[in-house]
Amino acid sequence: MDQSALIPHLFRTEFGRITSVLAWRFGIAHIEVAEDIAGETFLAAMETWPYKGIPDNPTGWLYTVAANKAKNYLARDTNFQKKIVPELRRGEEAVNAQDIDLSPGNIKDSQLRMLFAICHPAIPQEAQIGLALRVLCGLGIDEIAHALLSNKETINKRLHRAKERLRDEGIIIDLPPAAEIEQRLDTVLTTLYLLFNEGYYSETHDEMIREDLCREAIRLASLLTESEQTNIPAVNALLALMCFHASRFAARRDSEGDMVLYADQDESLWDQQLIARGVGYINAASRGERLSRYHVEAGIAYWHTIKEDTPEKWENILQLYNILLQIQYSPVAALNRTFALAKARSKEEAITEAEKLQLTTNPYYYTLLGELYADQDQAKARSYLDKALSLAVTRADRRSIRQKLDRLS
Amino acid sequence: MEQYILIFRHQDGSKIASPEQMQVWMKQTMDWIGGIAAQNKFVQGNGLPFDEARVVGHQGVVTNGPFGDIKETIGGYVIVRAASIDEAVEFAKGSPVLQGEGNTVEVRRVASRDGVH
Repeated sequence: MDQSALIPHLFRTEFGRITSVLAWRFGIAHIEVAEDIAGETFLAAMETWPYKGIPDNPTGWLYTVAANKAKNYLARDTNFQKKIVPELRRGEEAVNAQDIDLSPGNIKDSQLRMLFAICHPAIPQEAQIGLALRVLCGLGIDEIAHALLSNKETINKRLHRAKERLRDEGIIIDLPPAAEIEQRLDTVLTTLYLLFNEGYYSETHDEMIREDLCREAIRLASLLTESEQTNIPAVNALLALMCFHASRFAARRDSEGDMVLYADQDESLWDQQLIARGVGYINAASRGERLSRYHVEAGIAYWHTIKEDTPEKWENILQLYNILLQIQYSPVAALNRTFALAKARSKEEAITEAEKLQLTTNPYYYTLLGELYADQDQAKARSYLDKALSLAVTRADRRSIRQKLDRLS
Repeated sequence: MEQYILIFRHQDGSKIASPEQMQVWMKQTMDWIGGIAAQNKFVQGNGLPFDEARVVGHQGVVTNGPFGDIKETIGGYVIVRAASIDEAVEFAKGSPVLQGEGNTVEVRRVASRDGVH
C-alpha cells in the first residue's frame, strides 16, 4: 500500500476550491449542491484510499471525482435538467465534463469571485464570516460554532438565512465591475479583518482553531494580492497587519494555555519569518493616495514587533494612534493611545488624558487607570483595578487584572 | 488461522462530518489497517460507495438505496486472519467507524472449505 503522507488539511482546503468552482458553475442558488458534491468527493476518497493507497496525485484524483460527480448530477437530476441547466452560465453549450473547470487558474478565480459574492453588502457581517468559514475555508458547522463560541443551531440558522439572502438578492458569483472594486473590497477586507480578529482575540482555549482562523484569513487575503484587479495597497496593509500579529502566536500562551501579556512575552518565540513577510507587504502597501486604517494599524503592529522599549518606538506608536483615531474611533484605540502616551511622555500626562475618556463601563479603562496610578497612588490604583475586576467579563481578563493587583504592594 | 470479515455499518459520513473530520477518519482507518497488516493478518478490504446503490427486492423490484429509514448501512468491509473470533473482535474494536454513535462492526467467520460449512 502506498502510504505517501497526506497534506494536512487537504480535504478542508479542497472543499473551498471545489465548492467555489462548482457554485460558480451552477450559480449561487445551488451552492448547497456544490457543497454536497465536495463532501461526497471526500467520502469517495475515504472509501477507496485506505484500501488502495493514496493516489500519486491526491488533488488531481479529487478533482476528477468531483468533476464526474458534478457531471453526473447535471445529467441525472431531472429538476436540475428542467430548471437549472437552462440558467447555467454558458448554458447554451452542452453540459459535459470539460465544463467543470478545476484548473489552478479557474480555482483561484472562483475563490476570488466567491469571496466577493459572500462579502456582499446585502449580507449581514456575521453571516459573511460564517459563510466564508464554511464555503471558502471548508469548516464544518461544529467547527464554526466552536470557533465563534456559538452553537450548532445558531450557526446553521445563520448560514441558512445567509444562503437564502444570496438567492433572494440574486447575487452573482463574479468580480464587481472595475469601477466598484475598491468600494466592494472595503466589505471584503472588513470581513477578513474580523475573521482574523475572531481567531486572534477569541476566548476559546483551543489554540488550533484560533490559529486556523488567522491562517485562513491570511490565505484569503493573499488570494486578493494574486490578482491585479484586487491587489490594492489596503489589501497589502491588512496582510502586513495580520502577519505582524500572527508572528506572536507561539509567545502569547504559556504552557497552561493562558494568555501571556505582550510585555511578558519571550520574544525569541516571535516568528521572524512572518515579520519579514509583513515588512514585504508593508512596502507593497506604501503606494497610492489612500491611507487606510489597515495601513495605520499595520504600522502600529510593526512597532510592536520590536521588543525593546525606546522613546522612538512609543512616539511612533502614539502618532499612529493619533491618526487611527481620526480615521476610525474605537474605545480600544483610545485606551491604547493613552497607554502609548504614558510610554512616550509621562504617566502624569497620560492620567490627565485618560480621565477625559470617561469610558466608565469599559473594564480596560479602569485597568489602564489602575496601571497608570500604580507608582503614584497605590490606593487609587487598587480601587480602579477592583472596579475593572467587577466589570471584566472573560476569565483571561480577570486573571490579568488579579495579577496587576498582586503586583501592588 | 481462519478468515473473518468485519462489516462496517455507519452513516453517510459526508452528511455529518466536516472535511477535516473526514480526513482525520481516513488517516485513522489507514493506520488501523496498517496495524493489522503489520501483523500479517490483513487479507483484503474495500469501501462500498453509497452513490448509485440499488436494492433489488422480491420480484425484481429495484429501489435506490439502501436509504430511507435506515441511517446505518454497510459502508465497507475488511477481511482479516485471526486465530479466533475473539481475536477478530479485538481487531474490530480498533475500527474508527465505532467512534460514531450507533455505528457497528459486524464480525463473521468466512466459511472455509473444511467440511464444517
